[in-house]
Order: sequence, then C-alpha cells, then structure tokens
Amino acid sequence: MGLELYLDLLSQPCRSIYIFARSNNIPFEFKQVELFKDSVLGKKPAAGSGAEQPHAGEGTDILLTSDFVLVGPSNSEGAGKVSLLKKVPALKDGDFTLAECTAILLYLSRKYNTPDHWYPSDIQKRAQVDEYLSWHHANIRANAPKTMWIKVLIPLFTGQPLPSEKLQEVMEGLSTSLKQFEERFLQDKAFIIGSEISLADLVAVVELMQPVGVGCDIFEDRPRLREWRRRVEDAVGKELFFQAHEMIFNIKELSNIEIHPQLKEHLAPVLMKILK
Amino acid sequence: MGLELYLDLLSQPCRALYIFARSNNIPFEFKQVELMKGEHKTEEFQKVNLLMKVPAMRDGSFTLAESIAILLYMVRKFKTPDHWYPSDLQKRARVDEYLSWQHVNIRGKGSKVFIMKMLLPLFTGQTLPPEKLEGATEELNAVLKQFEEKFLQDKPFIAGSDISLADLVALVELMQPVCSGYDLFEERPKLAAWRSRVEEAVGKQLFQEAHEGISNIKNLTADKIAPELMESLKHQLLKQVA
Repeated sequence: MGLELYLDLLSQPCRSIYIFARSNNIPFEFKQVELFKDSVLGKKPAAGSGAEQPHAGEGTDILLTSDFVLVGPSNSEGAGKVSLLKKVPALKDGDFTLAECTAILLYLSRKYNTPDHWYPSDIQKRAQVDEYLSWHHANIRANAPKTMWIKVLIPLFTGQPLPSEKLQEVMEGLSTSLKQFEERFLQDKAFIIGSEISLADLVAVVELMQPVGVGCDIFEDRPRLREWRRRVEDAVGKELFFQAHEMIFNIKELSNIEIHPQLKEHLAPVLMKILK
Repeated sequence: MGLELYLDLLSQPCRALYIFARSNNIPFEFKQVELMKGEHKTEEFQKVNLLMKVPAMRDGSFTLAESIAILLYMVRKFKTPDHWYPSDLQKRARVDEYLSWQHVNIRGKGSKVFIMKMLLPLFTGQTLPPEKLEGATEELNAVLKQFEEKFLQDKPFIAGSDISLADLVALVELMQPVCSGYDLFEERPKLAAWRSRVEEAVGKQLFQEAHEGISNIKNLTADKIAPELMESLKHQLLKQVA
C-alpha cells in the first residue's frame, strides 16, 4: 500500500496537490472523494467507500481554509443517512496520515526529492515561498473560495440566490488581496520567487481559478496576473492544469444537481454562517 | 548591521519571534513598532514591510514578513536545535500541519475573542451585544477542542516529546484571549499542563517578560491611542469580526 491522496478536485488545495504530484510523477493512489449524494458531472460515486478516515477529529466546522466533503448513503451506514466526512485534502502514507495542503506539499517535496525550484534550498528564496504560503491563508484564501459559495453552492443548498451586495463585498476583499499579491509578491518577476515556479505560485493560482469557474474572471482586467497564470500553466503542463480544473470549468453543471433534502436541511444554516 | 526584528509585543506572532530568538540566543536588534501609535503605517516601516504589518525582519538587504516564514528563516540560518523544526520527515510534517491549520483556527478565533472583548469596546466606546461575544467564544471553544483532540492528544507537545515551533506559535496566540479576560485554561487541565511545559521549555522568565505588555492590556485607554488611528482601526476591527 503506497501513498494515498484523498482529493476532491472541486477543492483548491486538492488541485494544487494533484497537480504537484502528477507534474512530478509522484506515484499515488487517487482516493476520490466527491461532493453530494449523487455523482457530480456524471462521474461515479467514490469506489472503495469503505476507506478508513484519514485522521481522527471532527471536521464539522466548515471553514474556508479546508474544504469539507460530504459523502452520501453509498458511503455510510444506512440509506438516506448522510455523514460529514473529514476534510480534504488528506494524505495517507502507510500508517502516517496528514492534513493541510501546505504540510502535504512540503512532505511530498521532501520525500520525493522534487526539483529544487519548488521549495528552493536557498534560504532567502525558501523564505519567500514560506512567506507567501503563510500570507495566502488570511488573504487570497479568505475571499476567493467565497465566490463559489455565493454564486453556486449556497443557492444550491438553500434554494435561494444570495443578494448581490454579498458578492460585491467578497470581490472587493479579493481585489485588495490581488493588489497586494501583484505589488508585494509577484511584482515584475516571472514567478513569486523569481525566474522559476515554486509551491507558492501553484497554491496561488489554483485558488484564483475558483472565482474564474463561477464567472468572476479576476484575470480579465489584470494583464500581469494573466501572464503569470499562463507561465504557471506552461510550467506544470497545460494539459494537466486543464484536467485538474475540468470540474471547476464545468461548475455550472453543479446547479442542476438534485440535493438530498435531508442534506439541504442539515447544511443550510451552517452554510449561511460562512457568509456572515 | 545584523538581524533586525520589527516587533510590537502586543502582537501574538511578534511574541513568538521574540521568545524564539531570545530563547536560542540569536543576536538581533529589537526594532519597536508601536501599533497603537500607528508606527506600522510610517513610510520608514513600509520600506521594511510594504504590507504594513508586524512582525517583519530585515537581514542586511533582505526583508521578510509573516511570522512563520521568519521563524523558519531563523531556524535555518542560526541552526537551532532540531526539535524546533525536526528533521524527521513525519515530525516536521506535524509541525507544518499545525502551523498551517492555526491561521484561521486558533489564531483566527482567538484574535476574534480578543478584539471583541478588549479592542472593539475601546475603539467604538460601546459594549458589544453579548450574543456576538458568545458566538465568538463558542467558535474558539470548538477549535480548542480540535486542538486538544487532533493536535495535542496525549503527547507532551504537538510533535511528540519535545517542544517545536508549533507549540510556541500556539501558546502565544492563546494568551491573547486569556489576557482579554477569557481564561480558557481554567477548565482545561490538559491544556494548562501543556502550557506549563511550553513555558518551562522556553524559560518562564522570558515567557513572562514577553507577555508583560499584553498582560496589562486592560490598562489601555482610548487616550493612549493615536487619534488618527482610532477611526481607521475601528473600521478594520469591525470588518475582522463581522
């Protein structure tokens, strides 16, 4: 039993791990975890649904730093029962389990000795990657995911669209973060740490694809960011990048899915809290 | 010109840096940046950190923000004892895991309680509706539960038998709500025991010294805050707890 990565590609941190592992030819078993009772976009529900939980502890609070995943009756004790799974992404390597995207990426880069530029041995360049990965949490990641919640997921669960001021608020917050990203982190360099791609760029770009997927194209009026995105895509492989983002590009399909009423009931109040 | 650390010990991440550097006898120049006086907004400081936040570091011509990045930089540059950021792949991953998770959880929720209990009343001149504070406290309690059950469990420290960056970062954050009057250690003996161990490991005296300012935060009155700051900070704080 080798490395297992529990991922749902709807989730940004999952995508960065997926792209990183595939791009570096790291052998792993993709443990697909899917949202909702019925399959998303026609894909089959997770096989091997008897997979053990990667780690202990409740993942019941829905925070925007770690995406939660729901698995319906096919994975739980009884028909009609819904269980709130622990968070994704998660890694299982033998007996060792690990959560948190940054931790997983760093673990993979060390264990599989990936090329230096991903997490440079140069102490200052490495610090710049750390700096971005830290800042990311409370800034880009604080707002980018909310666009999907507001435009697609919450209306899906609550049956009601959200007032446009909510989206505007989020976009303003995101704009501020993007400005800081350009001025402080990217500046006039090709990538965050200079001439080569690192974990920082990968973590940033997948997050920014979330609003793109729901129709808030933040790259539209930002040529410098657009160019940077193109470079990142080229560096990891355009085909891989596209494949990882297939679900996001087809996110509108999500709106047509039937959500189990019990799930709706259970989650609606919790979801509303996210946006408070 | 050696290492410069730009700090205000009222800030949790600043305390982590201060304690870490002092505890490891890392030579540095303490550059005070008084938040309440708005010193983080000066042009001078912006040269060190464009994002206008503390902590920040300058090492020659190299500047760096974000406490986690600075801590790791110091670990590497000054080759501190292994337990701070273990070379063992799995132990190191545990530290990374905590340092990542904590941003929005312990740090996020702890700060919120502190802002609501201590800062907002000061800046707005009004007491907050009790439900708001209750809500924030509940959220903090929930992450404390996760901290105990997932990260600490029955180990002496997060990564195992020795203190690491994770414990230090965790404890300084928890001191914030504590100093605003929410004694979260009171009914959590496991956490209280862990706290003792962390204080011992870094040095009780150093720990206390680092927390002197924040321990007296209740003495902060509106007149001690730069007037230009009052308005802008008020808005910022309100947004943070919205």
